Amino acid sequence: MTAHGIAEPGSRALSGWQAMLRVVEGLWIWYRRNWRATAVSNVAQPLLYLAAFGVGFGGLIDASPHAAQATGGVPYLLYLAPALLTVSAVQNATFESTYPIFSAFRSQRTYWGITATPITPAQLVTGQLVGIALRLTVSATAYVLVIAPFGAIRGPGVLAALVFAVLCGMAFSAPLMALAAAWKKGRTPFAAISRFVVLPMVLFSGTFFPVSQLPRAVQALVRISPLWHGTELARGAALGTLRLWPAAGHLAYLTALLAVGVLLSRWRFRVRLTP
Amino acid sequence: MSDSLVQARGLRKWFGALEAVHGIDFDVQAGEVFGFLGPNGAGKSSTMRMIGCVSPRSAGELQVLGMDPDTDGPWIRSRLGVVPQQDNLDLELSVQDNLHVYGRYFGISRAAVRAKAVELLDFVQLTDRAADPVEQLSGGMKRRLTIARSLVNEPELMLLDEPTTGLDPQARHLLWDRLFQLKQQGVTLIITTHYMDEAEQLCDRLVVMDGGLIVAEGSPRELIARYATREVLELRLRPGARNGWDETLKDVADRVEELPDRLLLYASDGEAALAAAHQRGVQPVSSLIRRSTLEDVFLRLTGRSLVD
Ligand SMILES: Nc1ncnc2c1ncn2[C@@H]1O[C@H](COP(=O)(O)OP(=O)(O)OP(=O)(O)O)[C@@H](O)[C@H]1O
Ligand SMILES: [Mg+2]
Repeated sequence: MTAHGIAEPGSRALSGWQAMLRVVEGLWIWYRRNWRATAVSNVAQPLLYLAAFGVGFGGLIDASPHAAQATGGVPYLLYLAPALLTVSAVQNATFESTYPIFSAFRSQRTYWGITATPITPAQLVTGQLVGIALRLTVSATAYVLVIAPFGAIRGPGVLAALVFAVLCGMAFSAPLMALAAAWKKGRTPFAAISRFVVLPMVLFSGTFFPVSQLPRAVQALVRISPLWHGTELARGAALGTLRLWPAAGHLAYLTALLAVGVLLSRWRFRVRLTP
Repeated sequence: MSDSLVQARGLRKWFGALEAVHGIDFDVQAGEVFGFLGPNGAGKSSTMRMIGCVSPRSAGELQVLGMDPDTDGPWIRSRLGVVPQQDNLDLELSVQDNLHVYGRYFGISRAAVRAKAVELLDFVQLTDRAADPVEQLSGGMKRRLTIARSLVNEPELMLLDEPTTGLDPQARHLLWDRLFQLKQQGVTLIITTHYMDEAEQLCDRLVVMDGGLIVAEGSPRELIARYATREVLELRLRPGARNGWDETLKDVADRVEELPDRLLLYASDGEAALAAAHQRGVQPVSSLIRRSTLEDVFLRLTGRSLVD
């Protein structure tokens, strides 16, 4: 085949790592033009919660000795701030890994354009997930920067909290992405997921009050919520109360969920994009 | 190894129980324009996607650029330019950003892709829309952008699945000219189309597919000589006054094709056939004598649906 000037086979245009970066770059070009609006709305929501509950409601709580005991003697604002960081990451992850993915498959069909290039469906999955993680990181960082001057942060532990929040978001994002890739019909279940999965998770995963306040049966159920694991990690890191073994357990759970989600997404992307 | 850029032997594709491609053989030579014609559902796009290494073959042999799509897909794809049947541009990005992003997927440097984008937008006459979001383009402009995008990696082989569907006549002629330029530069083109004039103009060689099989192969001229007569007499009859006419006219022409709105009589001498038809008392609303085209070949080879 040298007659046509064709290079040696195996000399791929891109390594797997480069290919993934190119996907991220493609997503970033959109984000670069639209990040302000996205970041503002992504920061505004947890900020409103923090103002209403942390400051308003928190004033009442801090006055009650019983409540102070439940939060471990931490002022309510400090108790709530890292949990809202995680909540916000999970909510953003829910959005980012449903509608845009569905649209890239269905209405815009952009994924078919991408996989007609050297990029493989598996590299597309990785790139898309890294892109989502970057966005979660930008929004979470913006939130931390905004709340820091109001004394809602205790110290550098918040940086670890930020990482845990993003990990928690991704553990939720990856399985949802597989679902969005598998969903071919017009009526999507995404609004229902926000309402009946994410919202109950937010309310009962120890965001606003310790899980120990819940009935025992419900407490067991809460253990499957990735948000609870993420909140425990983020709050522990922010307040400096994290202990090794529980932390390892939470990390293992979130990592496993992420890994399963990645595998499912790769499978669904491959089936859909290379029929 | 042969000189062919694409080589298929007994190529098959199943989607579950449905067999879209039933075992086809073809060779595409370097530098030629090769066409796939065929009615809706014939298996053209399924074949194009297998060549494009985005749909694994179910059975048979396939080599593209001397490689096996199953094992060297990314390598092959890096040398292809693909215009899919359905556009898949990023509607939220600008025209030029679409080209920039796409070029990067091929590993082209930012500087090179920028220069290339300017050149390509000029090539498809979209320079004045460079900064507009793709969402605001008309259907035909999007098509032209898709074509520009497929050229960003300077492909050796282009796969164009109905590239001119939705284009106005000017844009089609522009595209034909551009494709011809690419061919002059040595790019090999594989094209599907439902426009027979386009196939006749562009293709050096083509195959007609029907029901997942190749039913004919050759140059447009060969196919016309083989499957059609020199001339065609078109008779438009009053609705309802048609029953039995084709019986009456049978021996006037070599062959009669019945279309919903007219009869096509294939004869070497159209004038003589018209005179004979008049003699038998046929009074058409209008009549037309013309040379045979690829469309006549197509109707003959795939005309089963036209009987009803
Ligand atoms: N992804 C798919 N899953 C299931 N069936 C498919 C898929 N793609 C194509 N088919 C089926 O395969 C057959 C051939 O389709 P194909 O798209 O190859 O036809 P085509 O010749 O390109 O037609 P058209 O001229 O309408 O574009 C059709 O019956 C179609 O329904
Ligand atoms: Mg098609």
